[in-house]
Amino acid sequence: MTSLRIFFLGGLTSFRALFGWVSPWIYIPTLVIGPLFQILLFAYIGRTTGIASDKFFVIGNALQYASIPCLFAMTNTVAGERQENTLAYILVSPAGRIPIFLGRALPVVVNGAFVAALALVLGGLVLGVHVAAGALAPLAFVILVTAYSCTGFGLISAGLGLRIRETAVLANVIFGVLLIFTGANVPLDTLPNWMSTISGWLPITHGIEAARRVADGASLADVSGLVAKEAALGTAFAVLGYGLIRLMERQARRRASIEVA
Amino acid sequence: MSSARLLVIGWLFQLKMQWRDPFTGIFAVLYPMFFATVAFLMFRVHGGATSLLYAALGAGVMGIWACVSTTSGSAMQRERWHGTLEVLVASPSPFALILLPVTVAMSTIGLYCMVATLLWGRLAFGINFSVVHWGAFVAAVPATVVSIGCLGFLLAVTFVRYRTAWALGNMLEYPVWLICGFLVPLALLPGWVQPVSWVLAPTWGMNAIRQSALGGTPWPDLALCVGLGALYIAVGVLVLDRALAAARARASLSLT
Repeated sequence: MTSLRIFFLGGLTSFRALFGWVSPWIYIPTLVIGPLFQILLFAYIGRTTGIASDKFFVIGNALQYASIPCLFAMTNTVAGERQENTLAYILVSPAGRIPIFLGRALPVVVNGAFVAALALVLGGLVLGVHVAAGALAPLAFVILVTAYSCTGFGLISAGLGLRIRETAVLANVIFGVLLIFTGANVPLDTLPNWMSTISGWLPITHGIEAARRVADGASLADVSGLVAKEAALGTAFAVLGYGLIRLMERQARRRASIEVA
Repeated sequence: MSSARLLVIGWLFQLKMQWRDPFTGIFAVLYPMFFATVAFLMFRVHGGATSLLYAALGAGVMGIWACVSTTSGSAMQRERWHGTLEVLVASPSPFALILLPVTVAMSTIGLYCMVATLLWGRLAFGINFSVVHWGAFVAAVPATVVSIGCLGFLLAVTFVRYRTAWALGNMLEYPVWLICGFLVPLALLPGWVQPVSWVLAPTWGMNAIRQSALGGTPWPDLALCVGLGALYIAVGVLVLDRALAAARARASLSLT
């Protein structure tokens, strides 16, 4: 019962403390207008180069942008504790590590999915991209799974953040890698083989492909393989990330470097 | 003379300081390279050598703006966090001469990013870098760098009252990339966007760089770029004076 309380209430409290995101002055420019203009930028580059339709870029960039809230929030809910000098208190507490760290992931998944869905709606409205009403529910599910997968990846980033001081640089670099490799803007079949091979092992890639197929009329059953891959990757990332956090915690205890990275 | 000295020393000092900050010194260079790579991958699908060079030049200037946009948003806030804002404002030197080198230093770091982008294009994508009018190109690049720094200065003073100005600075990264025609011809954008593009110096700087590299008449664009940069400084100084006077009157310089 205590673990459940830590999981839900601790996670929610930590999320609310993040970034001052309760402030619309940060949330709107960063997570509403930012993704919309990323969609517009790449949609217009797409029109210039003629490689794909607006729908391709709206879906690709909306889902890829989920990486911003998922990576940054997940990294900072853990590594940010060090900056606030509260990490040692958390690590010395008798509370279970799984509810502490994974509880922080739950609101991040919900927010990441909301940001991607809103970007999809706004981008679609501005560029006149139509998606059938019947596709909306499966699309929402795919977005949720993609946000879950990306948050799992964020846990790895959070683990690294316990060692690396420049967490903002780390999260931005991962965002850049995802921008190139996930097929958000460059069709995977036009990428060199080694790049498309890497794409298959990254979060978001399968989610974007599934979302594009659903928007084109496929059912959820048709894309279940892609969704399952995305979910499986997310779970693997989460397990790996949690293991990394525990490893970094043990090393930090041994080296007395919890506060200094 | 003392103003020129302050500008140069301030620029050099900021350049050294920001270069040592991992976020600006490393990341500001690396981050635009991700976008440049995506642009190269997109343009090479159907594009020839000219369109790839078009993309490389645009991606290079994107890097300059990327370096400036975030910094300009947070330039005043950073001094506020460091507790140095009051000291700088109270100093006998005009505050504009202290603030301007901050954004121009960042755009100078952006110049490194531009060179790195062109090299990356050459090494990874085989983009041949050729310039038709070298004289104009050599003039257009620094003029664009400085004018983008001036635009950053104007934004920095405009955002002075916002505590979360860094978020506004971040927000402006994509729009300027888009509407200044770095990777998209302005003719493709809706008609109402074009007048907005015309009042932005990077639009003309980009045109001047492209026309000098690919062939054309870069000098009129270059003149507009420089003229707009000077206008930004003039407007920025006026806005800054009013903002500082209001902050002094309300005793809110460190509290906004």
